[in-house]
Amino acid sequence: MSAVPTLKTTPAPTAPPESTTQHGNKAHTDGRFGYVPVQTRSDRFKSVNVADFDAVTGREAVWKLSPVAKFTDLTAGELDGSVYPISSDPVDGVTVDWVDRSDARIGTAGTPEERAAANAWSTFEKALAITVSGEEAKEITVTRADLGASPRAAHVIIEAKPFSQATVILQNTGDARLSENVEIILGESSNLTVVSVQEWNTGAVHLTNHFASVGKDARLKHVVVSLGGSIVRVNPSVRLAGSGSDTLLLGLYFADAGQHLEQQVYVFHDAPHSRSRVTYKGALQGQDARTVWIGDVLIGNKAAGTDSYEQNRNLVLSEGTRADSIPNLEIETGDIVGAGHASATGRFDDEQLFYLQSRGITEEEARRLVVRGFLTEVIQQIGSPTLEARLQETIEAELLSSASLPAAVEAR
Amino acid sequence: MSVLEIKDLHVSVQTDQGVKQILNGVNLTINEGEIHAIMGPNGSGKSTLAYTIAGHPKYHVEGGSILLDGAEVLTMTVDQRARAGLFLAMQYPVEIPGVTVTNFLRTAKTAIDGEAPAIRTWIKDVRGAMTNLRMDKSFAERNVNEGFSGGEKKRNEILQLELLKPKFAVLDETDSGLDVDALKIVSEGVNRAKENTGLGLLLITHYTRILRYIHPDFVHVFVNGRIAEQGGPELADRLEDEGYDRFLVPEIVN
Ligand SMILES: Nc1ncnc2c1ncn2[C@@H]1O[C@H](COP(=O)(O)OP(=O)(O)OP(=O)(O)O)[C@@H](O)[C@H]1O
Ligand SMILES: [Mg+2]
Repeated sequence: MSAVPTLKTTPAPTAPPESTTQHGNKAHTDGRFGYVPVQTRSDRFKSVNVADFDAVTGREAVWKLSPVAKFTDLTAGELDGSVYPISSDPVDGVTVDWVDRSDARIGTAGTPEERAAANAWSTFEKALAITVSGEEAKEITVTRADLGASPRAAHVIIEAKPFSQATVILQNTGDARLSENVEIILGESSNLTVVSVQEWNTGAVHLTNHFASVGKDARLKHVVVSLGGSIVRVNPSVRLAGSGSDTLLLGLYFADAGQHLEQQVYVFHDAPHSRSRVTYKGALQGQDARTVWIGDVLIGNKAAGTDSYEQNRNLVLSEGTRADSIPNLEIETGDIVGAGHASATGRFDDEQLFYLQSRGITEEEARRLVVRGFLTEVIQQIGSPTLEARLQETIEAELLSSASLPAAVEAR
Repeated sequence: MSVLEIKDLHVSVQTDQGVKQILNGVNLTINEGEIHAIMGPNGSGKSTLAYTIAGHPKYHVEGGSILLDGAEVLTMTVDQRARAGLFLAMQYPVEIPGVTVTNFLRTAKTAIDGEAPAIRTWIKDVRGAMTNLRMDKSFAERNVNEGFSGGEKKRNEILQLELLKPKFAVLDETDSGLDVDALKIVSEGVNRAKENTGLGLLLITHYTRILRYIHPDFVHVFVNGRIAEQGGPELADRLEDEGYDRFLVPEIVN
């Protein structure tokens, strides 16, 4: 496990960023000194064209914690950019259709910073557009279950028109070798929740970048739930573009033996009085269960009066796992309301198990209790009761099915 | 009438240097409603006895038996023992991340009773027990033992004792690290539990001060993994005056 914080401030803020650390066997607080400056996050090279990127080596900042050799087909190979099957029930105020590459919204929320994303961008034939209008609250689930096992490119647009409101759930199941870009565009004063649920088949590889642009006084709740798949890398990148914009970024992941679940979260405060909260929680169980969380927050020089806080917590349920947790905070303005981060990795061990069992609780129930307690904070905030209940069950099933449970604690 | 019988118990642990023998034939019978104090020097095996009763996997039973109303405890899993009516208040209670005290207590109570407690009376019981132990309401929403002070952890153990209502409880140095006020509060809790349920107690301690509040019927001196001497409450006072030297001498000669 590692938690290597970097903190860069240009220029020095008048109020030092607050930093908190809480429970966990491994927690950190950062000071203001001794950290190697990193390249300012907004200065990273960007292009929609795959040819503009060198071949991936695995040493790049965006790839250094990913098993790049296992998906060269997505970073360097030819992708199938054709339309694929989707399913969703009709919902008033939400349209779901395929649009051409010439659609004016494409490219407005972000630009790829790495080769797999650019490869997808260069290849997709049509984009799946989910467009929300109307002020009433509504929920739509768009399911992708038939992507197949050959390498694919995809592009998704989720647009919330000004003053509109909705919850959009992207439900991902089945096989996949998918590189994709998702653009999330929030008009003024819109209120959008996007939930991306990865429950892929065991062998699936999914690399996705979610680029969001949040307009004036708009609010984006973005939730990443990664449970199934061999390699799942979901990188949300949110630009708080309008003044008073607000985002809550939630993540929930459960890595089993051999799974690699990664999320690189980036919040760019690019407007005054913007607010962000990031909470990612993950559990790891089984040999070579691996998770990566990188949380970059950049408070730009236009972003006076912002308030941000990011945290990542990991719960280790067995030996043989590795959780990387790396928060970074860059502040370019002296005028901030608050900026902080926390990162901790805690372990559920035999002594805890013994304690719970000594109170009559079975081993199975003890694990369920701990994991449920740990992840509930995130699940509860999703805001979709049906999905919340289903996820709770899925996670508990995952706990039990995991073949790597250590032998039951028994006397003699 | 419940009875807990420990018969010729031999226990070892696996250490880096090999197998280490810790308990060398412990014999002890505790009847319902009785209070037995165990006193003995550091490292004599008191916690080992406590953990072995509870079923900690680290302790290997080489021989002997532990019977609860005639049923062999040693073949039960840790949670089965608790459901059979055994309770261990630990010397060093463990922190449980992600699990609130409320959630933990309800789950444990449900496991032990085999059914969920009636919600209204349960909430009242928990609140009442917490008030009696002078635990602030806010503890209910905190994670079990996480960030609790030493004394708060001990109160939390006694809170569980009162709510889970075991037949027999082993209190492993529940008094250590408590100031006088906390010691009284915790002792009252133990006495209340005994009055309410008639439980039998095995009280492990180094000091007689807790015995001023919880009155033992029997005192056992524990040395080198076995009971070296037993007597009534007066034995505790004698130990306080004389220490354990008298019992340690033969060991040095050997
Ligand atoms: N896991 C272990 N590995 C090695 N030695 C152990 C282990 N557990 C216990 N012991 C040893 O067994 C002996 C008895 O330990 P135990 O904790 O039962 O003593 P105790 O009487 O409770 O002592 P104290 O009064 O300090 O609490 C000690 O010498 C201790 O170091
Ligand atoms: Mg001890």
